Amino acid sequence: MATSVHVDVVSAEEQLFSGLAEFVVLPGESGELGILPEHTPLMTRIRPGVVRIKVPVQEVEELIFVAGGILEVQPKSVTVLADTAIRGKDLDEAKALDAKRKAEEALADKGAKIDYAKAQAELVEAIAQIHAIERLRKRPH
Amino acid sequence: MASGKEIRTKIKSVQNTRKITKAMEMVAASKMRKAQERMRAARPYCEKIRQLAAHLAHADVIDYEHPFLAHKEEAKRVGLILVTTDKGLCGGLNTNIQRVALNALKSWEGSGVTEVRVCCIGNKGFGFMQRLRANVVSHVVQLGDRPALEKLIGPVKVLLDAFQNGELDIVYVAYTRFINTMKQEPVLEQLLPLTGDKLGTPDRAWDYLYEPDPHVVIDDLLVRYIEALVYQSVAENLASEQSARMVAMKAASDNAKNVIGELQLVYNKTRQASITKELNEIVGGAAAV
Repeated sequence: MATSVHVDVVSAEEQLFSGLAEFVVLPGESGELGILPEHTPLMTRIRPGVVRIKVPVQEVEELIFVAGGILEVQPKSVTVLADTAIRGKDLDEAKALDAKRKAEEALADKGAKIDYAKAQAELVEAIAQIHAIERLRKRPH
Repeated sequence: MASGKEIRTKIKSVQNTRKITKAMEMVAASKMRKAQERMRAARPYCEKIRQLAAHLAHADVIDYEHPFLAHKEEAKRVGLILVTTDKGLCGGLNTNIQRVALNALKSWEGSGVTEVRVCCIGNKGFGFMQRLRANVVSHVVQLGDRPALEKLIGPVKVLLDAFQNGELDIVYVAYTRFINTMKQEPVLEQLLPLTGDKLGTPDRAWDYLYEPDPHVVIDDLLVRYIEALVYQSVAENLASEQSARMVAMKAASDNAKNVIGELQLVYNKTRQASITKELNEIVGGAAAV
């Protein structure tokens, strides 16, 4: 029987851990999970907490904080898809509403945009005038 | 012909411009390396989550079809996520992706699409969509050099929710794919519903124990998969931005160098001309006496 299992801890932004481990402890949604090699295939959500990884020939356990995520276990491998942000239905909802509100506000704020466009148009006109004057000056008298 | 002083001022001003473009080129070069690393760092997550999603999509043990996987006959209502940069001075990068988006909008209009909702990531695309008077439902700007997934969750969720509620039939994402330092390609990809080629097929099928139950896990996984895809496109866009800026600024520095050379030549000629003129006058004056 294998004495170690390959563990990957990845988040969308970076790889947090990759290597062999003898034992992994994770905060599963329905309680702490301890995973040994040859574990039966399992998929579950994990809560925010610390992932403890016992690496072979290393006294100290590797500790990685995850803000939740998804755990996938196969007999030969353990994969933790870690979130980078604390998630929650309400929290996500609030973020979505906030984004929506911002977009509406920005769209409602047309006055400022029009002024900007007007200023730009005036600038283009002024530049054209300067060019015209330069051309007139260069013309032999 | 312009006087010597005028040309000297002009040379000075072009030299100053060149200093700025040179500095921007170097800043972009160093940022580009970091952006590329970040893009690569995001790959393992994307790859892992893709494998899991592929497995779940093909697992027939669970009698559950997630809305993200459900295909519709007709795509009448379209969602578009447009990824652009926040800042300019990066060559034709934003213009190219905006053209792709514009062409897509036009072709949708022609093919009987009734509604288009846009989510803008980045300042340039947001301004562009505003000018087009498109229906911008959400946007996020000022992502900075280290794009955080956290900032993307909200704006993307607005479109995902609409899709899930059946208000949208199809969602696209438009971004600039990073090929190499010299080459970036604007692309328009279908994000939802998840297509077979995007998921692939798993090597072999096995069953998982699901905790607490399959639906919850699959819901979470697919939402994360979509976000990972969007994050990946933002990371690619950032790498593209920095390399495009580097190339643009290099071209600008080279141009400035040429202009300085030409102006220097003109300056020397005028100076020589005025010296010759003075000499002529002196000689002419001496002969008259």
